[in-house]
Amino acid sequence: MEPINIITSKAVPLPLPNIDTDQIIPKQFLKRIERTGYGEFLFFDWRYDLDTPDHVEERKDFVLNKPEYKGAEILIAEKNFGCGSSREHAAWAINQYGFRAVIAPTFADIFFSNAGKNGIVLARLTEEEVQTLLERCTKNPEHKLTINLEAQTVTDDQGFSAHFDIDPFRKYCLLNGLDDIGLTLRHKDSLDKFEQTHDKDFWSAPKTAA
Amino acid sequence: MSTAPKTLFEKVWQQHVVVEPAGEPTILYIDLHLVHEVTSPQAFDGLRMAGRKIRRPDRHIATVDHNVPTTSAYDRLHIVDQVSAAQVNALRKNCAEFGIEFFDVQDASQGIVHMIGPELGATKPGMTIVCGDSHTSTHGAFGALAFGIGTSEVEHVMATQTLPQSKPKTFRITVDGELPFGVTAKDIILDIIGKIGTDGATGYVIEYAGSAIRSLSMEGRMTICNMSIEAGARAGMIAPDETTFAYLKGRRFAPQGTAWDEAVAHWKTLPTDEGAIFDRELHIDAATLAPAVTWGTSPGMHATIEGKVPTLDEAATDADRKSFQRAYEYMDLKPGTPMEEIRIDTVFLGSCTNGRIEDLRAAAAVVKGHHVATKIRAMVVPGSQAVKRQAEAEGLDKIFKSAGFEWREPGCSMCLGMNPDILQPGERCASTSNRNFEGRQGRGGRTHLVSPEMAAAAAITGHFTDIRKWKQTEGAQR
Repeated sequence: MEPINIITSKAVPLPLPNIDTDQIIPKQFLKRIERTGYGEFLFFDWRYDLDTPDHVEERKDFVLNKPEYKGAEILIAEKNFGCGSSREHAAWAINQYGFRAVIAPTFADIFFSNAGKNGIVLARLTEEEVQTLLERCTKNPEHKLTINLEAQTVTDDQGFSAHFDIDPFRKYCLLNGLDDIGLTLRHKDSLDKFEQTHDKDFWSAPKTAA
Repeated sequence: MSTAPKTLFEKVWQQHVVVEPAGEPTILYIDLHLVHEVTSPQAFDGLRMAGRKIRRPDRHIATVDHNVPTTSAYDRLHIVDQVSAAQVNALRKNCAEFGIEFFDVQDASQGIVHMIGPELGATKPGMTIVCGDSHTSTHGAFGALAFGIGTSEVEHVMATQTLPQSKPKTFRITVDGELPFGVTAKDIILDIIGKIGTDGATGYVIEYAGSAIRSLSMEGRMTICNMSIEAGARAGMIAPDETTFAYLKGRRFAPQGTAWDEAVAHWKTLPTDEGAIFDRELHIDAATLAPAVTWGTSPGMHATIEGKVPTLDEAATDADRKSFQRAYEYMDLKPGTPMEEIRIDTVFLGSCTNGRIEDLRAAAAVVKGHHVATKIRAMVVPGSQAVKRQAEAEGLDKIFKSAGFEWREPGCSMCLGMNPDILQPGERCASTSNRNFEGRQGRGGRTHLVSPEMAAAAAITGHFTDIRKWKQTEGAQR
């Protein structure tokens, strides 16, 4: 995981609540066994016109397809972003498309966890703050935002400044690009000890009859 | 050791804390990891690249469910879609390489991963259970702490048998009273999601309690816990009781003899203590519930069968108004349309929400002696091989087939359409599954979530039908 701290970029406004992971990456792309190559399928059903058989065309009115938003590294959406399925493919698609951060009032739990493990900064702002940013970035696609993870702020050059909360450990891992498994294995001795006792609690074993 | 009254969740959590490092998430031990083909290949690759092994292969169980065709045993062994076939083969190979017990496509124990854990007796009270699938919350019906995880976490569990977790808050939902005639577990959970919203329980573990919950079978309890995620909850739990023990006794991986007695004694210590405090509480009077039908593109968008598609004035917030507008368009429904007037094209009976034997029995009782309406495509996809066998032993397959239903092989099927079972654009489906998101069952497909009885009745009449009136008329005729 790449360390991440300050992101300054224009932002794509997606003013909808409850954007679920089926929209972020539809099921057909979950059949792949690779971890990369999902960016081109991000928001597939919204992004492409598939009504003509054997012909795929970009929908010009979908925000991701508008040339003025190309290269944006921040996505802004309404509440409960990432609800639904646990597919980490959603985080991979967002990341591999080029987004490094998502701003929304709330995120669904599993998506929140998946995003953190892929170096995506999730900034939870209030409904009002998100509305302000959605308006500014809709009115002016060139409008730039700065997310400062260390300072836990989102700012722009028109006086917008908001603070977001983040779990200190998650922040530490993002700032340093740390791998979770390695971190857990620091506690290997505790784990070995716990397991010795816990294994005697036969009710905790999946296959007690064996 | 504190003697303060504890919740079921707190007891299970505490018994799995490996270490609580200062300023970091708790390292929580995971008793059982369920594996399927979709969310695991990248995790196995990760292990290989890092030269890691699976720490405890005995605590993993794998099966194939999402990609498998349901048309015939032959089709399942010769998957035409090469990408799907490669994913199934990858799991086969990975399980052999890493030493995980694998229930392959025609194994007598194969089925949707959330069906087979309980059926095998691998899912037990007091355990921690995870799977790379959001509907892992199903297993909470046994008083286990069970939740869905992403692929990075799948790899983490494989390597360490633990997960770093921040402790969620607790939310008790008490449903008291007798369930009215025709109202099922599915209607209870849809009502709850409608009341608290699809993000209403984000950050919480729900405990379902009350006499209406206690009166449910394990199948009904699993339906409720299964859809906890649709309310945003990390997990849903129900305290184990005699119903739980009776379900588990004698199952393949359940303890036997004196070990069984000891296990039951332990399980009896798990229910929430009198006086334990929850972060949040909600009370529902079962008598107020009615059969539910979703009308929109989120499980919270539902009405009762005697209700109508809501108007914009009924939207509580600006965000809801926007969602309603979009949902009317996607679902091709006008506000104010009575639910009973909505005509359907397709019926899907199955999934980890409602693909169990009790669901099939209830639906079969409705369709017996009838035939599906003209032009309706109706299919029954048993959730597992065990359910399929049991249903066939009871003759349910014959009832469905003579009523014009297709009788399929087990799998996730049209719940998410990763296999060939999908809706065509514009096709409208009465589905016993769990999500009515845009495109969930196929691009452009329109999903209405209902109970198995309601799906069965809709198949016969061709439109949503009040199961309460249906049953009364039927009862009078016989």
